[in-house]
Amino acid sequence: MGTRKTKAPPPAALGRAGTEKDLPDHFKNYRHVWVFIELERGEVHPVSFELLGEGRRLADQLGVQLAGVVLGPPGDSTRRAVAEAFAYDADLVYLVEKPLLTDYRNESFTKALTDLVNTYKPEILLLGATTLGRDLAGSVATTLLTGLTADCTGLDVDADGSLAATRPTFGGSLLCTIYTLNCRPQMATVRPRVMRMPQRSNKPIGRVIRHDLRMLEDEIVTKVVGFLSDGQSENANLAYADVVVAGGLGLGAADNLQLLKNLAQTIGGDYGCSRPLVQKGWMAADRQIGQTGKTIRPKLYIAAGISGAVQHRVGVEGADLIVAINTDPNAPIFDFANIGVVADAVSFLPALTEVFIRRLAPGNHIRLVN
Amino acid sequence: MHIVVCIKQVPDSAQIRVHPVTNTIMRQGVPTIINPYDLFALEEALKVRDHHGGEVTVLTMGPPMAEEALRKALTYGADRAILLTDRHFAGSDTLATSFALSQAISQIGNSFDTPDIVFTGKQTIDGDTAQVGPGIAKRLNLVQLTYVAKITSIDLSARAITVERRSEGGTHVLKSELPCLITMLEGTTVIRRGSLDDALRAARSEIVKWNAAEAGIEDITKCGLRGSPTVVKRVFAPTPREQKAVQIDTTEKRVHDIANELVASIFTHQPALQHELSSAGSA
Ligand SMILES: Cc1cc2nc3c(=O)[nH]c(=O)nc-3n(C[C@H](O)[C@H](O)[C@H](O)COP(=O)(O)OP(=O)(O)OC[C@H]3O[C@@H](n4cnc5c(N)ncnc54)[C@H](O)[C@@H]3O)c2cc1C
Ligand SMILES: Cc1cc2nc3c(=O)[nH]c(=O)nc-3n(C[C@H](O)[C@H](O)[C@H](O)COP(=O)(O)OP(=O)(O)OC[C@H]3O[C@@H](n4cnc5c(N)ncnc54)[C@H](O)[C@@H]3O)c2cc1C
Repeated sequence: MGTRKTKAPPPAALGRAGTEKDLPDHFKNYRHVWVFIELERGEVHPVSFELLGEGRRLADQLGVQLAGVVLGPPGDSTRRAVAEAFAYDADLVYLVEKPLLTDYRNESFTKALTDLVNTYKPEILLLGATTLGRDLAGSVATTLLTGLTADCTGLDVDADGSLAATRPTFGGSLLCTIYTLNCRPQMATVRPRVMRMPQRSNKPIGRVIRHDLRMLEDEIVTKVVGFLSDGQSENANLAYADVVVAGGLGLGAADNLQLLKNLAQTIGGDYGCSRPLVQKGWMAADRQIGQTGKTIRPKLYIAAGISGAVQHRVGVEGADLIVAINTDPNAPIFDFANIGVVADAVSFLPALTEVFIRRLAPGNHIRLVN
Repeated sequence: MHIVVCIKQVPDSAQIRVHPVTNTIMRQGVPTIINPYDLFALEEALKVRDHHGGEVTVLTMGPPMAEEALRKALTYGADRAILLTDRHFAGSDTLATSFALSQAISQIGNSFDTPDIVFTGKQTIDGDTAQVGPGIAKRLNLVQLTYVAKITSIDLSARAITVERRSEGGTHVLKSELPCLITMLEGTTVIRRGSLDDALRAARSEIVKWNAAEAGIEDITKCGLRGSPTVVKRVFAPTPREQKAVQIDTTEKRVHDIANELVASIFTHQPALQHELSSAGSA
């Protein structure tokens, strides 16, 4: 085992530290917390619910209301999104319902959201750091000339009521807390799975405030002419899988990935990898786990032949149980795994798969007393 | 056709070290590189130029030493390089960065030729926000095409462009117009090795250097620290986990026994998993 260093007390902040928070008067009537409800092709992205959970906590701390913002075409899916926002504990919903909003387009969504902000003035606006959310958040923040903190891993309210948004820096080796001074709303994005999924309730639909969008199709330059679904590849769900098995360079050869897939299939999980495997072309980029890949939050994560670099670690730390298989007893992954096995993954994975097959066969349940 | 590619010089972050006692970043001696994602933007721009004719201008905002990144970009075959450097830019967040870059792009339009396409990378490996591209597009009122995996077609006379854009769970095909801003996805194309001619030309080339005024920026309060609504207040180390992994004893044991012990340990830690795995697995 490596020796763990005790960390020194936090250093003084770098760079732009010490600037005073002094909110101009015209921003003082900006109140309440908003969450953008991401609706694409009829489905609400689960990151929106994770954000409603965070938004609820912030709103309660501030003693203000939590609102969901739903932008979509008239019809069932938009109505369902409104209902879901309440089920995840929004106090009210702002709704723009227009055929123009059927597909996500930067122009129409930016206008709809900035109009809402300028009319109803929230103090905090949260969006998912998805391709859609990042595309939209950047445009909206620039239009409003306000601050936007990217990929936050922690959100809190300061004693003076301002948003303290914490995000990893330098590949996760440090964290920094960022404030938006002198501007409103304070905007932040959060990647899927970084925040815990809150409980869904049966709270009925409450107050819905409808807003118009004064825009014509002709004003929108970009047209969506097709959508190619990733289709059968269930890998879009890696971030949300309950069980994930991942391999790293320690697997040695592309052929050994089959051992990983066999185990994943046996225990009903999905599989992923560390970044070098993507760079070698052994696995598709959307199976990469970590800072520049997916963040996962499974109940069980098994890492085979992965050293546990900080960029990998930040993507898996939310797992309930981390199992690491590595030949090196000093591998950093053992610093944050729950269970470690010092073994050669190539011979160990098949054995583990076999044991699982035996243990999970119907009628073979051994009740554990703990 | 005129294409502007925004590139950023970043620390080669694989080699970034954090001081073990003070937790501060040790920048000294850390080599710098062109942000790896920006190379895909540059390559795509060069391909478009090679196909449609015209010029590629690379632009960076940074300290004087960012000139190295520009020279490197010239070795790949870019035609012109512009360094935007001024101490007023220090401490810029993404709002201030996109302001300065968009002003410079307008100035490039005035001094040379109005760009038909502005390219940026998907994101950087240091700030890592993916916000600068959308910021530039908004400020220049350009059509914004992010996460582009492929440019399917460009029709210069009709000013039309078709791209494939990555989105959650699939790819959108978008038809749009020039001028536009494209943020290019990584891994989309093979990056060329620059030719010897380009290397020689790069070594000889004059890098255009602009300060804020030369870039046409009148309102300096929109730049740097003063123009940045976000402020980094605190930098700190993540709290290390209290406990290290419980090790499964592997001494003198057959691999099957070790596997057995591991599975037992997993179910002891998370008893509920026993049922969830058995109902989910295909065994
Ligand atoms: C900007 C940036 C972003 C990054 N983003 C990510 C990211 O999103 N995700 C990510 O994963 N990485 C990311 N990285 C890369 C990261 O820093 C590490 O390089 C990477 O995670 C290492 O992958 P690895 O653990 O597979 O390989 P290695 O670090 O080489 O580790 C291989 C491990 O396998 C063990 N091993 C060897 N043989 C065996 C065997 N037979 N059986 C079992 N174990 C064995 C070794 O002891 C070693 O611990 C990023 C890096 C940078 C600079
Ligand atoms: C640890 C840390 C955290 C930060 N967090 C935030 C934050 O949350 N919000 C915020 O507003 N700012 C933040 N900043 C400031 C931000 O990093 C700088 O504004 C930076 O100049 C640009 O942002 P980026 O690196 O994230 O670029 P991205 O938006 O990720 O870059 C996208 C593309 O824009 C182009 N580009 C970016 N910068 C330049 C440049 N200087 N010259 C030419 N082209 C460029 C490149 O093509 C690049 O691929 C942070 C900085 C640090 C060091």
